[in-house]
Amino acid sequence: MSSTPPAPRPAPRSASLSAASPRAGGGLHRFANPGRFLRMTERVLPWLWAAAGLVLAVGAAWALVFSPPDWQQGETVRIMYVHVPMAWLAMGGYLGLAIASLMSLIWRHPLADLAARELSPVGAMVTALCLATGSLWGRPMWGTWWAWDARMTSVLVLFFLWVGHAALVRAFDEEERGARAAAILALIGAVNLPVIKWSVDWFNTLHQSASVTRVAAPGLHVDILYPLLTCALGFSLAFAALVLARVRAAVMEKRLRQLQLAQARQNDTRRNEVAG
Amino acid sequence: MTQHWWHVAISWALAAAGFGVMAWMAARRHADAKRRTALLGPRERRQG
Repeated sequence: MSSTPPAPRPAPRSASLSAASPRAGGGLHRFANPGRFLRMTERVLPWLWAAAGLVLAVGAAWALVFSPPDWQQGETVRIMYVHVPMAWLAMGGYLGLAIASLMSLIWRHPLADLAARELSPVGAMVTALCLATGSLWGRPMWGTWWAWDARMTSVLVLFFLWVGHAALVRAFDEEERGARAAAILALIGAVNLPVIKWSVDWFNTLHQSASVTRVAAPGLHVDILYPLLTCALGFSLAFAALVLARVRAAVMEKRLRQLQLAQARQNDTRRNEVAG
Repeated sequence: MTQHWWHVAISWALAAAGFGVMAWMAARRHADAKRRTALLGPRERRQG
């Protein structure tokens, strides 16, 4: 009994990321086409990098040269222009990860999976920077590199969540299973965000309470507040550009794997035809 | 340079190095995938 070889599959025209439902994720569905995503982001990314570089150059000059030293902290206050934006990005980025994970679980949007996968190493990096710069500030100001204080410990937990997500999403041979497990971890970990935010109010901590986001009265003088906000904007733009660059690289890699698979299938079919 | 300024310099250098290294790695990954995709066929060369 002879078995007929399977019909050759044509190479995908644009190597779609996966068969997402047309309604999936509403308007975001159009980004599921990798060709369109790459074309759109190719135009945006250089502008994003340029804006990040420009704002960071202004912010760094303002923070390191033109802003005055603090009356209590002295020159060490200049660490805050890195530490505070890193803390905001660590928490804001994790909120983004939780949203991407939710989109991935509900709509199975392929780009949400890729975004979450590429976001976690960047999130781990900014959280590590937040902890390191906090430690570098703490030594001259508090006389210690580290304290098991509620704010610092909850940020350390956030760092482990980022690293855990990055590891879990890459731990499975089947990408979808890894993405689903990591999405569940990301959503559970989101419980930590309010703990970080309000730990300084709920517990008696060494870490000072909120000063920039305090509603009642401004906690910082404009000489410090404005360069801080400029640095925060610059680092946020750099964070966005970095994540976008990583997602673009991941889309290209995924498309390459799909094309290699399609080519291998075609070669297999040809070999079967010649043999049969 | 005082100890305070050393700590400030290390903080900024760490941030610059972290973002710089990750941006370089992303660019390298993208260029590598693009080059290997182009090897597969002329149609793929146009995209990316």
